[in-house]
Amino acid sequence: MNKLALIIQREFLAKVRNKTFIIMTFLSPLLIIGFTALIVFLGKMNNNEAKVVAYVDESQLFTSEDFESSEEISFLDFSGFNIDSAKVEAAKANVYGLLYIPKKDSLNQIAQQLQFFSSESPNSSIVRNMERRVENRLAIIKLEEMGIAPDQIEQSKFKVDLKLSNFTGEARSKFVNEMKAAVGSIAGYFIMLFIIIYGTMVMRSVIEEKTSRIVEVIISSVKPFQLMMGKVLGTALAGLLQFIVWIVVIAGIFFFLAAFFDVNLAADRASMTADQMATMTESTGQMQLVFMEFMKLPLLTIILLYIFYFIGGFLLYSSLYAAIGAAVDNETDTQQFMMPVIMPLILGIYVGFATVLNDPHGPVSVVFSHIPFTSPIVMLMRIPFGVPWWEILISMSILIITFIFMIWFASKIYRIGILMYGKKPTYKDLYKWLKY
Amino acid sequence: MNSILSVNKVDKSFGNFKALNNVTLEVEKGSIFGLLGPNGAGKTTLIRIINQITLPDAGEIYFDGRKLHPNDVAQLGYLPEERGLYKSMKVGEQALYLAQLKGLSKQEALKRLKFWMEKFEIESWWNKKVEELSKGMAQKLQFIVTVLHQPKLLILDEPFSGFDPVNANIIKDEILALKEQGTTIIFSTHRMESVEELCDYIALINKSNLILEGNINEIKKKYKSNLFEIGLQTENNDLIFKQLSAQFEVKYSQFKSFNNDLKMTIKLPENYSQNNLLNVLMQKATVNHFVEVVPTVNEIFIKAVQEN
Repeated sequence: MNKLALIIQREFLAKVRNKTFIIMTFLSPLLIIGFTALIVFLGKMNNNEAKVVAYVDESQLFTSEDFESSEEISFLDFSGFNIDSAKVEAAKANVYGLLYIPKKDSLNQIAQQLQFFSSESPNSSIVRNMERRVENRLAIIKLEEMGIAPDQIEQSKFKVDLKLSNFTGEARSKFVNEMKAAVGSIAGYFIMLFIIIYGTMVMRSVIEEKTSRIVEVIISSVKPFQLMMGKVLGTALAGLLQFIVWIVVIAGIFFFLAAFFDVNLAADRASMTADQMATMTESTGQMQLVFMEFMKLPLLTIILLYIFYFIGGFLLYSSLYAAIGAAVDNETDTQQFMMPVIMPLILGIYVGFATVLNDPHGPVSVVFSHIPFTSPIVMLMRIPFGVPWWEILISMSILIITFIFMIWFASKIYRIGILMYGKKPTYKDLYKWLKY
Repeated sequence: MNSILSVNKVDKSFGNFKALNNVTLEVEKGSIFGLLGPNGAGKTTLIRIINQITLPDAGEIYFDGRKLHPNDVAQLGYLPEERGLYKSMKVGEQALYLAQLKGLSKQEALKRLKFWMEKFEIESWWNKKVEELSKGMAQKLQFIVTVLHQPKLLILDEPFSGFDPVNANIIKDEILALKEQGTTIIFSTHRMESVEELCDYIALINKSNLILEGNINEIKKKYKSNLFEIGLQTENNDLIFKQLSAQFEVKYSQFKSFNNDLKMTIKLPENYSQNNLLNVLMQKATVNHFVEVVPTVNEIFIKAVQEN
């Protein structure tokens, strides 16, 4: 058998047989879904607790209608107290805070001199909620002053709902951009995670060969380059296998849950009033649109490109990881060399979140999706928004050329490094090794 | 000489450090060749160059009459001084993997591995992980792995380190058996008594230069000092010693004997044969002991390094 194939096989089996690998492969998707569910659940629990806010209304412009409880907030009327004693009482009563509406000559002054006292800094949505209530009342008073009845205003308001569709008339959801952004960021984020996890794996395995001294035995049979490539490719295959298992497990759970909820929705609908039904169908209509849009995404292309960019990005970075592993004697010495490797990955993620999601075809996104060190992350984030094929092709070609160069570069350091023991190398040493 | 390996004017530097300087040597087919030298002299560098782990800056290596080719690794077996195996890999699997990397087919490797493991009575280790083995056990496995592909040229760097005397003997017998089968062995060690015992040829490298090379007996002849170790049974030791001192270069000496002899070394003068000396001695006393002092490899080693 070909020696490279033998090495790939050994490295692949060594990774795949590892107990941690097996556990993580099957547990991670469950953990991801479990955590998502937990976050949603905790978020809901938080919202259920309405905050109690005391208020002192000296202007006497407000009615109890303005202080109706909502899910978020409920009110206590402290208008009997003057503001100073109200503060004391509010603190005693252990309420969330105290809203103070002073008596002023003009509505403008009231609007500007409204105050909220609280012991901790208040939640922004509660502040917004109170501001909205005051704004509404002040607007109504102002309109009445101007001789316009509030219901006239109400009648003059229109709810505009722009129906989106493409030119062939197919409906499109407004949430489609959010959905594409989510798909893109998940893909980009996973690429980064995989590169770091599997890159570190390659590095550890190089260090292990070095410290166990088997490396000299191996490279008296094969070229160091073959050993390095075998290691990188074997690990990449293990990574791909894990990725595919994850996709299959997550898809399985997803379809199972979808089927389960479908049944539940049907059961709920039977017991709903007509009114509820109307709002329900609207939101489920949206849901269905989002789902349809999701299914319309070139999922196969995304997965194939994911695989390409994973392999490309992995080859680029893991050869560097291998060189680092070869240069040092133990893992603690790797720190100084890790920074320059991790930085571009982090940069890719930041650029992705900061620019691609808002402006997927803007100049920054386009440039970073061509720079080989960030392109695996940034290009993947752009792909759900639709990227012209020639751009993908250019980005792929640059990536291929760069990783070939990088592998050559890394193998020079690797070749020398694996036989160097004792001294912790500096960047200057690495530069010297390139010329040996 | 029918040489399996010739090293021709090989140079190698690492930065400013010259590891090998114009080294030329020949290794005869079927011999055991001792590669000697103090620590850091360049032995390991030379061995790595022969194994094509590092490339020489200048000079060539010829293997079996042709220029050394990457495919020749299948004909080389290398036991590095720093032993190493994958710790978490099982014994059998690991040996098969390493043999296959040397170009053996899996079936062939399996067959030979079974033979060797039976020979060393270690079949029961097959499914053990290397980290479960003792150091000596791992060394045995490492030796098997080195010779499994039946290399034409075997390079052993300190092959006996880590073995107890019993196992060291087993390994020594295996080395001699391999030689009988025609394997050439390059043997690098600091243990001079095993050089004495095993090697046909030696080469001595000091400070990146080859300072001595050749047949071990010829080198010993070259380094002989014409000293004879002599034990005499006399009436009066002091008197005889004085008389002899007047005629020859004589020194008291120590060696084991049954009698309370006069023990000394005498340097044979030029134009004087052993028999002449023996005649002189026989007239004075009974000669119990008369041996030419043969320099040990150890002495040659130290002398050569100091002269250099």
